[in-house]
Parts: sequence; C-alpha cells; structure tokens
Amino acid sequence: MIINKETIVELAGKDQRIDGRKLTEYRQPIKIETNISWTAEGSARVQIGETVVMAGVKLSLEKPYNDTPDQGGIMINAELLPLSSPEYEPGPPQIKAIELARVTDRGIREAKAIDMKKLCVLPGEKAWFVIIDIVTINDAGNLFDAANLAALTALKAARFPVVDPKTGAIDYKKKTEEPLPLLKEPLGVTVYKINGKLLVDPNIEEEHSYDARLTVAADEKGTISAMQKGGTQPLTVEEISQMVELALEKADFLRKQLDESLKK
Amino acid sequence: MSELIAKERSIVIPGEALAEGMDYLPGQNTYREEEKIYSNVVGLLSLSGRAIKITPLSGPYVPKDGDKIIGRITDITMTSWRVNTGTAYSAMLNVRDATTRFVKNGEDLSKIFSIGEFIVTKITKVTSQKLIDLTMKSPDLYKVSGGRVIKINSQKVPRVIGKQGSMVSLIKNKTGCNITVGQNGFIWLKGEPKGELIAERAIKLIEQKSHQEGLTSKIETFLEEESKNN
Repeated sequence: MIINKETIVELAGKDQRIDGRKLTEYRQPIKIETNISWTAEGSARVQIGETVVMAGVKLSLEKPYNDTPDQGGIMINAELLPLSSPEYEPGPPQIKAIELARVTDRGIREAKAIDMKKLCVLPGEKAWFVIIDIVTINDAGNLFDAANLAALTALKAARFPVVDPKTGAIDYKKKTEEPLPLLKEPLGVTVYKINGKLLVDPNIEEEHSYDARLTVAADEKGTISAMQKGGTQPLTVEEISQMVELALEKADFLRKQLDESLKK
Repeated sequence: MSELIAKERSIVIPGEALAEGMDYLPGQNTYREEEKIYSNVVGLLSLSGRAIKITPLSGPYVPKDGDKIIGRITDITMTSWRVNTGTAYSAMLNVRDATTRFVKNGEDLSKIFSIGEFIVTKITKVTSQKLIDLTMKSPDLYKVSGGRVIKINSQKVPRVIGKQGSMVSLIKNKTGCNITVGQNGFIWLKGEPKGELIAERAIKLIEQKSHQEGLTSKIETFLEEESKNN
C-alpha cells in the first residue's frame, strides 16, 4: 500500500485533501441496505465510498447475568476479514478489531439504547441476548463510522424470531413483526486531526497519516454516550469541543441518510 | 491442416485452446501441448505471422534488466538499501550504485535514502533466482520528493505512456503535472494539487478502459471537461 503522508499533511494545512474533497465532506456513495441475510434476525450492509461493512444481529435466549437477573444483554464482536485489506491476517482478533468492537459496543451500551428490562423473559432464568457481529468486506478507511452505522441499522432492522410457547424452542426460520425495544439511536462519528486541521471520513491513506482522532457516539438528541481517543498526538480542550461539535453535525447528516434509505 | 480456434483480438483465458496444428507457433504467454496451442494468461490474442501471442490484461510485474521503476526503501543494511518494487522478489541498492559521490565508512545511510522514501531507479540485473540489483547512477534517476505516488496494474503501463509517450505528454500538458511512470506500475505525479488529482483520475481511467479503441481522444475529452469544472 502506498501512503503519501507528506502530501496529505501538507495539503491539510491548506484545507485541502488528497482526493479533492472538502475537510468535512463524506465520500460518495453512502449506501445503506437492510435485511441482506436471512439467517440473521437483522442485518445491514453499509457502504461509504469504497469502504464496505456488514453487520448482523442474532438473538438468543440465555440465562441473565447474576448481578442483573431482570435484564438481557448485548455483545458486539468485530472481525477484520483478510479479504478486506492486505494488512489483515486470519487468526485471533488483533488490537484494531478489538477497538472497533469496543467503540461500537460502548456507544450502544452506554447510551442505554436497548431497553434491557424488556429483553427479560423470566427473571433469573431467561432473557434475550443481542449479539451483533460486524465484518469488514472492504477497508478503504473510516471503518469506525461504517461499523457504527451498520450496527445501528441492523438493530433497527432486527425482528424477534418466533418462540414456541409450549417448548420454549426458538424457530429462527420464522420472524415476528416485533422490533427490538430501542429507546435511542446512538451513532458514532470519528473526527481526525491532521496537521492541526479537523476532518471526517478519511480514506485509507489519510487513516495512516493522522495525528489524533476522536470518536464521539451520541443519540439523536445529541447526548454523548461514549468517546474514544486514538492516535499519538495530544488534543487541546478547544479542539475536543470543536471535534464534538463537528461529530454531532455529521451524525445528523448520517442519520438523514439512514432514514432516507430505510424509507425506500 | 492447421486452424485457429480462438478469434484474433478476442479475450482468452488460461488453458483455452488457441490453435490446432503445427503451422502455428506458440509466442508470448502461450504453450504447445501435442498438436494444440494453449494460453497461459488472461489477455488479448494477436497474430504476428505464424506466431500466436497474448497481450496480458492483468498479472504481476516481472522485473527485467534495464527497466526504469519506482520503488520504496524498506530497509537499510550495512552497505545497501532494500527496496520494495511491487514484485514478490526483493531488490537491493548497493551504496556503490547509490550516488556518484564518495560515501565514507560508517556514514549514516539514512541521510541519503531513509526508510519509506520513494526512488526512481533502474534495474541493472535480475538473477536466475529473481533477485534484483538496482542503480541510481544516471542523470534521469533521482529521489522522489513531494507530490504523490500511485500504483496501477503494471500491464497497463504501455497504455499510460502511449505511442512514443503521446498519452503521458497529453496528461502533462493538460494538467501541468510532472509525471514519471515506472515500468512496475508506480507513477509519480507532481504539480498543483488540483492538477495532480485530475491526472490521477485520468490515469485510473486509462487503467480501466485500456483495451478500448480511441483511448487518447477519450482521455483528451475527459481532461478538458475536468479542467473546465475546476
């Protein structure tokens, strides 16, 4: 892979980018598809530019955790498939995959987006567990935003499977009309800092050239649920507030895209 | 009785029978098995006299003596640099061949070329084991500074250069960029950021539409439209 870091840094200083976009412009096309997999209770495929990420939601009945006997739970797992980038290898998840899963997880979990108490079927005995799997199909940069968007879309598209009232067995082949009890719709947007300038939606070259990044997950009202800072350089207080502002603005933009594609 | 099975200028795939009989000869990227000639690669079939040859549409770069290429420094050893040339084989640039000036014993080699930098270099020798020796001792070989390096399929390099460099000089004129094309598919562009962007798009377009006819005029209209829009 070729990374023209010097040119990217130099151009950022002049408010320009290597692919000719504005600093706060997302790549096109932004495509969001739902129900791409019939084996999952809810699924989504998100494309931002050339980056493609898929997410699937599986629901299963499990014994609740001992400290929260009246609640269900969520689990989020991300896999960076070797087919999506020459950098990724098969094997146990590496640091990048763990971070991607954790950031997506925290955005949804800490926003208390899913009504966990409604997931409980029988306190202390049975509750629904929401398992979200994120897989990257192509990594052309900005996996964080694509994964966040895919996870949220999959949650919105998910429908409970049919449960046999007598035996309690789940028939995964049939779905009910009942959606997940979503209270909020958290969405994370990552803002990158290169040469003192803030930008969103980096391509693969920019993702290898940044100084610092901040992922801000917030719900539709702008209540922040989680943040994650990355990169080697520090951030000032002013920069963080600017980044949060930019992230909230871009989250609104992505939410509109999501609503539009769900209408179709 | 000899007969051509595949049509001329058609796209063939590996293992496809091209011709039958001993009157035809296997040329580039083809082989003979008993009476028939088969293809080795995906490509366009062409006939030159009795010889059948195939211009490949894809495939890796195979290093050749005398090729001018662009490579990236990946490692520095005691007396040489290791260079990534986009091939599966490793290339070495010895201190002797790196500069015309005298390099003192124990001098910091990263002052000359450091890791991650791109160089325009020439292949002096490819051994039977495909180990590549490089040289920088020529006035048209230099270190890349600024601009951007992009990579295309090395099989499309002749299309990007065009007949007697017609395509590359067209892009140079319209965008005002300096363009250096390496035989390994690495291309260095330097100019105004907007010009670089248009040149990059034009080159990607050539890569995409390389086998179509009237490519030069298509690229010309593309470049004119792009420069109008900006």
